Amino acid sequence: MAIENDVLETQLEEELAGLDALDALRTEAGPGLASRAWSALWPKVLALFGVFAVWQIVVWSHWKPEYALPGPTSVLPELGRQLKTVAFWHAVATTMRRALVGFGLAVAIGTLLGIGVSRSSILKRGFGSFLTGLQSMPSITWFPLAILLFKLSEGAILFVVVLGAAPSIANGLVSGVDHIPPLLLRAGKMLGARGVDSLRHVVLPAALPGYVAGLKQGWAFSWRSLLAGELLVDIAARSSIGAALNQARELNDATKLLAMMIVVFGIGVLIDGLVFSAVETRIRRRRGLIETGAAA
Amino acid sequence: MKTMTELAVAIDVRNVSQTYHDGRSALKALDGVSLSVAEGEFVCLLGASGCGKTTLLNLIVGLYHLKSGTIDVGGRRVALMFQEPALFPWLTVERNIDLAMRFRGIAKDHRAERIAELLTLVHLEGFGDRRPHELSGGMRQRVALARALAQEADVLLMDEPFGALDAMTRDVLHDEFERIWRTTGLTVLFVTHNVREAVRLGDRVLLLSSRPGRVVAEFPVDIERPRRIDDASVSVLAGEITDRLREEVRRHGH
Repeated sequence: MAIENDVLETQLEEELAGLDALDALRTEAGPGLASRAWSALWPKVLALFGVFAVWQIVVWSHWKPEYALPGPTSVLPELGRQLKTVAFWHAVATTMRRALVGFGLAVAIGTLLGIGVSRSSILKRGFGSFLTGLQSMPSITWFPLAILLFKLSEGAILFVVVLGAAPSIANGLVSGVDHIPPLLLRAGKMLGARGVDSLRHVVLPAALPGYVAGLKQGWAFSWRSLLAGELLVDIAARSSIGAALNQARELNDATKLLAMMIVVFGIGVLIDGLVFSAVETRIRRRRGLIETGAAA
Repeated sequence: MKTMTELAVAIDVRNVSQTYHDGRSALKALDGVSLSVAEGEFVCLLGASGCGKTTLLNLIVGLYHLKSGTIDVGGRRVALMFQEPALFPWLTVERNIDLAMRFRGIAKDHRAERIAELLTLVHLEGFGDRRPHELSGGMRQRVALARALAQEADVLLMDEPFGALDAMTRDVLHDEFERIWRTTGLTVLFVTHNVREAVRLGDRVLLLSSRPGRVVAEFPVDIERPRRIDDASVSVLAGEITDRLREEVRRHGH
């Protein structure tokens, strides 16, 4: 009987191993980093050429005089010149420091707000629609108040950047929590997750995709508010991307103006691609939300 | 022969009723359900849809609020396995099992050792660092089983855990789970709508009526283990229970 049991046991083990081998998803080695980077890059390069081509055609059509709308052939060399000056990097550094401080504050405030609103039904009923209202408010409408409160100072810019981004971040977290499958919450409860443990190990990780979407949108809003702020709140003797734009307009230097606008666009694309989209893709891949091996 | 102490009652459900209110209408899900499961016993709860099987399990584990009747598990720890694996997709297999122990406050060095033991028990050695989506349905359900066992519960409630699997995998998992049940000495209350599965696994099969749910018949399964789902004796008893179940379903046709 004992021997017979052993035989059954081995058989069972073999059957399970066989089924597992047949069923389990085979993870094939993907293409290397270089080829992945290339396949992500070439459509972008192509699109960029397309945009430059259209721009050049508009310039050739003499719709506006060259001094008001210069073509890429003069703007791109100007951009190259700017990249070699110390003043340019000073301006970028000031703007990026403001962006990071403002966005960081917005993340802290938005996250706390989001947790509060998603965990308390009273707060949710009270502030839920409030947050969406704040989110849809153009950040530029806050500037008159900000200037009255903080004068023409760093504080005024920061105030608006935070107000622009925090509601999106809070809203992202709230919608992330709202979309957690109830089964996962029940599983957490059944395993004995309570209070902070449940928040840290079940609720927040489950809400992460929504939260990251909120961060991404929050970043876009804070970047917009920041540039609007730098255009309006010109702090004397401090260079920034916004100040450089103002200066270029005052000097009728359309070439530098367009070069700086390319910089604003470029930083936005870079941060989104290198930080937010990369994080999003990573989360989706880890959770099996990206079809692997399917024909593209 | 089991001694008296081994036959202590692990789950005692007395007169439990549960009504769902949905606006104007009220649906009686359970109506005076009474049942008891002895320590170490494997009881299958069988019923057609709408008999409140899932409701009863949720009441026993404490996920739902008990309004009428009593449920006594004598302070035993109760774990519940859902029909779906309900694993956390952001954690690896190991970390999923780890979390169950972490919530119970078990020290880290003990946990690592126990995870390895449990993975061996469910025959998933070497899959610890995979993520749930990389596994097949049957493998995920075994991880869920390992996670339930990691709670060191005395009582395991199972809500149609093999219902969504293909027949071949299900048969193998029956063997696997029977073996684990015999080595761990768990008390099991297993809900299913599959009559053969109930007879294949249970020491006893309880038949629940539908709308409202109520225990209407009880069938002891005196068939020697290990069993096979296609054993003649399993088929005979399954046939008998199916007849009784159909009679129950017909009642609702009038």
